[in-house]
Amino acid sequence: MIPTQSFKKTKPIIFLAFLLPSMFWSYQFIIGSLGVNPIEKLMDNMGEMALRLIVLTLFISSLSEFKKFRFLIEVRRMIGLFAFFYVSLHFLTYIALDHFFDMTFIIKDIIKRPFITFGFISFIFLIPLVITSPKKMLKKLGFKVWKRIHYLIYPAAILSSVHFYMLVRANKIEPAIYIFLILLLLLYRLYFKIILPQLAR
Amino acid sequence: MKILPSEITSYKNYLNRRKFIKSSIASSLVIAASTGLKANHTSNKNIYDNQLDENDSLNSFEEITTYNNFYEFGMGKTDPSENSSDFKPKPWSISLEGLINNPQVLDLEKLLQQVTIEDRVYRLRCVEAWSMVIPWQGFPLSELIKIADPLSSAKFIQFVTVFRPEEMPGQKRRLLPWPYVEGLRMDEAMHPLTILSSGLYGHDLLNQSGAPLRLVVPWKYGFKSIKSISSIRFVDKQPEATWSMLAPSEYGFYSNVNNLVDHPRWSQNTERRIGEFKRRNTLMYNGYEEEVSYLYEGMDLEKYY
Repeated sequence: MIPTQSFKKTKPIIFLAFLLPSMFWSYQFIIGSLGVNPIEKLMDNMGEMALRLIVLTLFISSLSEFKKFRFLIEVRRMIGLFAFFYVSLHFLTYIALDHFFDMTFIIKDIIKRPFITFGFISFIFLIPLVITSPKKMLKKLGFKVWKRIHYLIYPAAILSSVHFYMLVRANKIEPAIYIFLILLLLLYRLYFKIILPQLAR
Repeated sequence: MKILPSEITSYKNYLNRRKFIKSSIASSLVIAASTGLKANHTSNKNIYDNQLDENDSLNSFEEITTYNNFYEFGMGKTDPSENSSDFKPKPWSISLEGLINNPQVLDLEKLLQQVTIEDRVYRLRCVEAWSMVIPWQGFPLSELIKIADPLSSAKFIQFVTVFRPEEMPGQKRRLLPWPYVEGLRMDEAMHPLTILSSGLYGHDLLNQSGAPLRLVVPWKYGFKSIKSISSIRFVDKQPEATWSMLAPSEYGFYSNVNNLVDHPRWSQNTERRIGEFKRRNTLMYNGYEEEVSYLYEGMDLEKYY
């Protein structure tokens, strides 16, 4: 077991570790070493990183239920915010680089194409989580309301993994793994938070 | 759709239509032997550039050979260039099968001596909405069809990619139902723009580009241009094609580049030319409308996408 206090000291290092990929890819993009289709590559990298971080926050939530891993809850918010950071970069790449701010096209694209619609809704779902992430907001809203808002992470996670699944042309194993992991973590939460307490009554 | 034999244009008419092709014969050039790749690229650049529209410029050899969709070597864009070194494109033979007078197994080297290798600079538009401009070397598919001498009952041609899981790591996994197959209607196959390519930039095709012989049909989405062809079958019915078999609502048998008919998951209205920042508008039939639109006269292109 790692004591929470000493774990807190590693937070700046963890922060840098999650920031680094975005800086590295941006650097690669600028110097032209992201392959032959760098815009696509940048968008894919940012998007997949975001999805990984979303799964990671869900995993931390479940794991921190155990005393042994309680210290992990200290970084959950940071990782959640990083997930949003990468989703935003992913979306920004789509708007600014892929379609060069052609807003009429982008709006049409979001409405017309289910996979983009899903990705976009997922992005929207994450916004209230970001707004209510400061501790101040938790106090203001009360734990119950705050918690309810934060359940949005589950539909957001499912939508973003389906967004990835629909994008892939063949061999959908990789996106299917994300969907599977998310559903597994969701079921685990449902069982321990809702079903088990009722059975115990 | 039922196609009457009378609707399919005769071979003679095709020869007349050759005059449509502005550049190919005038600038046709025999590449006698492939020399060093970079050297050839540099020294021949001007020859290739002559064939270009003012809006197009050639993609580099590097771009063309490191960004590929060739699932036989893996699904990533760089997989084909990274995982194809075990593939042996020599010696190579192609079997001609089906409704023809001369079924045979052709030795590729002998075949290439019988035909005239021409330069063809074509745009290539991938169904994934990116594009390139590639200087191919090859010969009209119609010349091979002449050798096969099809019966009048042969209305379609099916092409099959070689199946060698030991040399093509992607084939060890069921990414797609192997072997990859594609098809053309006879009149599309006879069209003078349709070529079998054995090289690009004056160099033999690299494995990732579909060595040693591949199809190039410039007005169709790239996946129609099947690579590393091992057999060619002449048939009377529309043959199966891998992608349209796998996802019929997304990939039709025809798969002509059409900016007005979107892929269900993304728009086909624009494309990213590899190497350019802003998207371009996609052209009807990939800019070959004048040459090929008569093939599809009266067809509902929303239905036969």
